[in-house]
Amino acid sequence: MTPAIEVSGLVKIFGDVPVLDGVNLSAPAHQVTCLIGPSGSGKSTLLRCMAMLERQDAGSIQIDGQPLSIAGQHARKGDLRSRIGMVFQQFNLWPHMTALGNVAEALRTVRRQPRRKAEDRAMAELEKVGLAERAHLYPRQLSGGQQQRVAIARALALDPQLMLFDEPTSALDPELTGEVLNVMRRLATSGMSMVVVSHEIGFVASVAGHVAFLDRGKIVVSGSPEEVFAKPRHPRLTQFLETYIDREASQLIA
Amino acid sequence: MDGKLFLLMVKAAGVTAVCSVLAIAIGIAIGIVVCGATLARPKPLQIAARLYVSFFRGVPLLVQLLLFYNLLPAVGLNISSFFAAELALSLCTSAYQAETLRGGFLSVSTGLKEAADMVGMTLWQRFRRVEAPIALRLTIPAIVNEAISILHASALVSVIGVVELTKTAGEIAASNYDPLPVYACAGLLYLIMTYVIQLLGLAAERRFPVRSA
Repeated sequence: MTPAIEVSGLVKIFGDVPVLDGVNLSAPAHQVTCLIGPSGSGKSTLLRCMAMLERQDAGSIQIDGQPLSIAGQHARKGDLRSRIGMVFQQFNLWPHMTALGNVAEALRTVRRQPRRKAEDRAMAELEKVGLAERAHLYPRQLSGGQQQRVAIARALALDPQLMLFDEPTSALDPELTGEVLNVMRRLATSGMSMVVVSHEIGFVASVAGHVAFLDRGKIVVSGSPEEVFAKPRHPRLTQFLETYIDREASQLIA
Repeated sequence: MDGKLFLLMVKAAGVTAVCSVLAIAIGIAIGIVVCGATLARPKPLQIAARLYVSFFRGVPLLVQLLLFYNLLPAVGLNISSFFAAELALSLCTSAYQAETLRGGFLSVSTGLKEAADMVGMTLWQRFRRVEAPIALRLTIPAIVNEAISILHASALVSVIGVVELTKTAGEIAASNYDPLPVYACAGLLYLIMTYVIQLLGLAAERRFPVRSA
């Protein structure tokens, strides 16, 4: 089966620091691929290259077998982009629109749907993330977890083939991560192709079909969670788990 | 100071109000265009906008008033003092407002723009639906500030013969030899007008709230 997204030989240099140093990754369709690694390892940059928010210095990315070129025209970029949904660490909901407005916006301006149709669809998406009754509130009136669920609904309303998550729970208070992870779990069960950058090792271990551990711009270990977390572990992965993850989580996957 | 003089002052305050409101409105319209040019891709547009801002912010309003008043008839345009005054006030405030707006656009966070890119918006759609509404909301307090300072600066238009509130107060004070109540009354009228602007600004902020999420 064609992978949902395939990255080969990706190089990204900031100044003279190679943030990505020849990354190869193939994210299977209808599965969750998780990128883990210490901060500065390049996992977010990798995800941002997949979203075309960063331009790589070398290497190629293919989405569903089609090459994705950032040098292409803007329309083409928009065309490919509309097949990718992105969820940001900071939610990035538009503060001047209600939850419903945020979800319906692209349906109206980009897909040119009439208001009623767009809002019906937006409402259905908000219902799926359990926020139908908050549809008319503004982002500042919602908790972080609720905002992130609206952001997920906003991406899903466009029927993407692939969803990218950039540390979706890192800006949340611990008691709010669960509601977001549950939405993501349900999405994974429904067969959505997902690439997730996350520090939630428990989530990664239970949901991922494929895990890639990055360190200093390279994928050091990759495979199924069983393979990656199995002992003996790669020494850098062990170090990462001990340094970055709280003890309970590392025991969970021990 | 009797009722007749007071009425005269209120009428003069009307001139001040009309002068200022027109200048602020025209200034916002021009300011948006100039701000757009400073942020636009083509270099010549940017440079032209920068020069515009430098000139109208750099030359004092008083000098601009005298320049327009004397320059336009010299090139064969016969204009009234009021028109010259309006022109100078509008152009001057538009330069300040263009910069205020530019500040607003620069403070729209990258993440909000990236979110617009990710749902497939074109640059124009992103500008129209995301950047402009947020930037305008962010600049409401600064625009209110500028409106008040234009209201005050409009006293300068009397140098080219437009008789507004301060000028009227001066004339009354000079004729009745009792300046204190006259200037107190002028001050009060200015205060009332600025208070109205403040209230409008607060209403606008309440109607269009924005706090970065």
